Amino acid sequence: MDITSPTFKANARVALADGQLQKALGNVRAGFIDKRRKAVDALPEFEELRDRARDIKNHALEHLDLYLETYEAKVLSSGGTVHWAETAGQARDIILDICRKADARTVTKGKSMITEEIGLNDFLEKNGIRPVETDLGEYIIQLRGEHPSHIIAPAVHLNKEQVEADFRRVHDHLPDHRDLSEPEALLGEARRVLRSQYFEADVGITGANFLVAETGTSIIVTNEGNGDLTQVLPRVHVVVASIEKIVPTLEDVSQILRVLARSATGQEMSVYTTLSTGPRRKGDVDGPDEYHVVLLDNGRSSMLGTEFQDMLRCIRCGACMNHCPVYHAVGGHAYGWVYPGPMGAVLTPSLIGVDKGGHLPNASTFCGRCESVCPMRIPLPKMMRHWREREFERGLNPATQRFGLGLWAFFARRPRLYRLAAALGIPVLSLLGGRKRRFAWLPFAGGWTRHRELPAPESRTFMQQWRDREAVARQAGR
Amino acid sequence: MSARDTILGKVRSSLHAGANDQTRRKAVEERLKKAAPGVVPARGKLPSAQRVALFSEMAGKLSASVEHVRKAADVPKAVTEYLRGRNLPSAVRMGADPRLAAMPWGKQRALELRPGPSDGDDEAGVSHATAAIAETGTLVMTSGAENPTTINFLPEHHIVVVDAADIEGDLETVLARIRKAYGKGRMPRTVNLISGPSRSGDIEQKIILGAHGPRALHIIVVGG
Amino acid sequence: MNETTGSRPRIGLFVTCLVDLFRPTVGFAAVKLIEDSGCTVEVPMAQTCCGQPAYNSGDRADARAIAEATIEAFESFDYVVAPSGSCAGMLKKHYPGLFKGDAAWEARATAFSARVFELVSFLVDVRGVRSVDVKRKARITYHDSCSGLRELGIREQPRMLLSSVKGLKLVEMKDPDVCCGFGGTFCVKYSDISNAIVEKKTASIDAAGAETLLAGDLGCLMNMAGKLKREGSTVEARHVAEVLAGMDETPPIGGWK
Repeated sequence: MDITSPTFKANARVALADGQLQKALGNVRAGFIDKRRKAVDALPEFEELRDRARDIKNHALEHLDLYLETYEAKVLSSGGTVHWAETAGQARDIILDICRKADARTVTKGKSMITEEIGLNDFLEKNGIRPVETDLGEYIIQLRGEHPSHIIAPAVHLNKEQVEADFRRVHDHLPDHRDLSEPEALLGEARRVLRSQYFEADVGITGANFLVAETGTSIIVTNEGNGDLTQVLPRVHVVVASIEKIVPTLEDVSQILRVLARSATGQEMSVYTTLSTGPRRKGDVDGPDEYHVVLLDNGRSSMLGTEFQDMLRCIRCGACMNHCPVYHAVGGHAYGWVYPGPMGAVLTPSLIGVDKGGHLPNASTFCGRCESVCPMRIPLPKMMRHWREREFERGLNPATQRFGLGLWAFFARRPRLYRLAAALGIPVLSLLGGRKRRFAWLPFAGGWTRHRELPAPESRTFMQQWRDREAVARQAGR
Repeated sequence: MSARDTILGKVRSSLHAGANDQTRRKAVEERLKKAAPGVVPARGKLPSAQRVALFSEMAGKLSASVEHVRKAADVPKAVTEYLRGRNLPSAVRMGADPRLAAMPWGKQRALELRPGPSDGDDEAGVSHATAAIAETGTLVMTSGAENPTTINFLPEHHIVVVDAADIEGDLETVLARIRKAYGKGRMPRTVNLISGPSRSGDIEQKIILGAHGPRALHIIVVGG
Repeated sequence: MNETTGSRPRIGLFVTCLVDLFRPTVGFAAVKLIEDSGCTVEVPMAQTCCGQPAYNSGDRADARAIAEATIEAFESFDYVVAPSGSCAGMLKKHYPGLFKGDAAWEARATAFSARVFELVSFLVDVRGVRSVDVKRKARITYHDSCSGLRELGIREQPRMLLSSVKGLKLVEMKDPDVCCGFGGTFCVKYSDISNAIVEKKTASIDAAGAETLLAGDLGCLMNMAGKLKREGSTVEARHVAEVLAGMDETPPIGGWK
């Protein structure tokens, strides 16, 4: 997909002026936060499980090469095939090759952010293969030619009226009098249309929430059941997963599952947690004949051993964006690439370069709400700050910003000079504040006063007044 | 060099690890061998009698309907009554699970049994669960010659039979049982953990039951 | 630590740059509250700012230089207290990390950080203050500033002390723990987004129906007060220390109306 992260500010302005979007974003604030809170409050062991989940992933990442080898051997012994892809391009070629060998014309897809990351749909279409998204949200945005605006609720930026309009535009069998005004009716329509697609598809592609090294198992966690129909009905099942999805054992997965759904949707468990190991076995009456896993690196291996390694613990629950005031204000598309919100602000610069994704780690108030809800205890603000440090080192910040910061630092490092300048400037500014005690406009403060008044300084600085008070006290003491 | 070797090489160099680092290998082998359980919530550690009650309560919260029958022979009648109560055609898709096969279906004269995997046109399907998890009200289904996975997803109504004795406290116990049954490091092709009927919240975050999978999940607990 | 039983602990007041420049009353209120809790207060002249503008802009070198100067100026005190969760958070939670790899300085910074506290949590958690002897007849609402809340765990302490103010009634706004959109330089670098965030905050404040907005951080207060004034709201904004010290006769932040 096209990267628009460099124009984040302009994207944000458009988003802020979009009434439909702003209305839809209200659903994020209303829908996710309370449900997570309730689920967390109902499990006394939740915080302990977060620690465990963090430790499990840390261990897996520290031994990633070995677990990948174990995982691969297990997939092979269960009759599956493992393909390794260093880059998005390699992954696309591998998947196309599998589709061609299967003589595929239609491919159904379960919801997967990794296939968004590698731009799979466009690529398959260009090569004459029709990808059909089957998750309701993904289906809707595919009809619209859009990309997900949220990693677990891809169509969260839309309202039902927009979805109805899209269904009427694309499903040309729909009679005008058919009532599609409510989500129930819209879901029913999508269910009906997609049913036949599952049977038509030659290949089903899913992502994976986890890969279990112990058994060579891939796991998907879903609510609709579309992922399961995608992988059980076609002849070929392809799992696309990035290398950091590895978890050592089934017991380890059990721990992380307990924090995943609660953090994501406030469910104790998602409706369907599906463990898949290899293709159809002898005697099975359904299931795919072929089971392929495409293991994708695409930049992960270079995050290991750096200050960004912790990001690889991410299990894509979306809690960080659900609780982010910036995401609430501008939605996911403004971030300009696949991964929005706080996790995107850290991951995107790693994957597309900080020169393109540099705005994202800067567009944060560091309010820390993301870290406080992250089930994997990823220090998201800290890592955004690390990106700011990399940018600063490389001189990527705008010149005016660097100049302003340099000037400020010059004074902040010289207390006497700082006090002197403040003692000269502040009383004047205070005087200018007049009876209102505030400014509607001030030179060089446009960024502030465009949207709010600037309170005027009360009087002389605290330091000035304190010295006077001390002097008086000394005299009195003498 | 293959992509595989390049990726593994990059991972090792980023981690400053040699391929033959015995300490790391040992740590991995140990962990895989032990497969130690972690934190199991108190709720998942109830004694057997309370487990059944908790399972029923949790499944109910997930919008599944739960009924209890005294013995396996009561199941066919319960299925018939479920269908009648919801005005559904008297037909079910059913696999060849021996526990199901042993039940007296013949007594339900009007009930049509369709064997094999679902073709997508079934109103109702009947499966037998391998186990269930009280902690979360979850059913555990394992695939195999006798249990088609499609029955878990294609019918509008999914009726699942589970023995009360198979209701465990937590997920860890169930997975350990599967490990024991299939051998260490081996798994059935598919294990479906099912917690309630299918749903979606993708339009305006409003939860609607019956997305692509079953609209209704009916659980028949046998014994206990 | 120099503290001995029976003697008054020596407190170094870290004034914070915004209080120094914009709202000295908060500094004097802090001095009064700390003295009332049985301590002596000194204000080292060699202080400017905690260094967050540099630190959060990726400029570690300047941040570290400022941190060194601050530590040198304050490490002889029993405690270092700041009337700001954000600045106290910087001193307490982030200074040691600035010296990673420099063992001597890291140890010094860690020892320093252990003695840093935000004002209200210092009063309640360290000094055991449970009430204040002041009156203010008003309905107030309290905003939890992010760093204080999430880095330092300040939530109940200000509410506890406010509940002891005679005549005062606390009415909670919706989502008092959600960011006001200030974020330091964020509010000018991304002023449109900051504005969208503070608009939601002022709407919650207005809906709470209080006459006064209190918080423990001047940055957030200037942001919220500036927006309230621009919107023509009559809600007045003050630092929580002003009310707790009974020093609330001065015009509120951004003026009366």
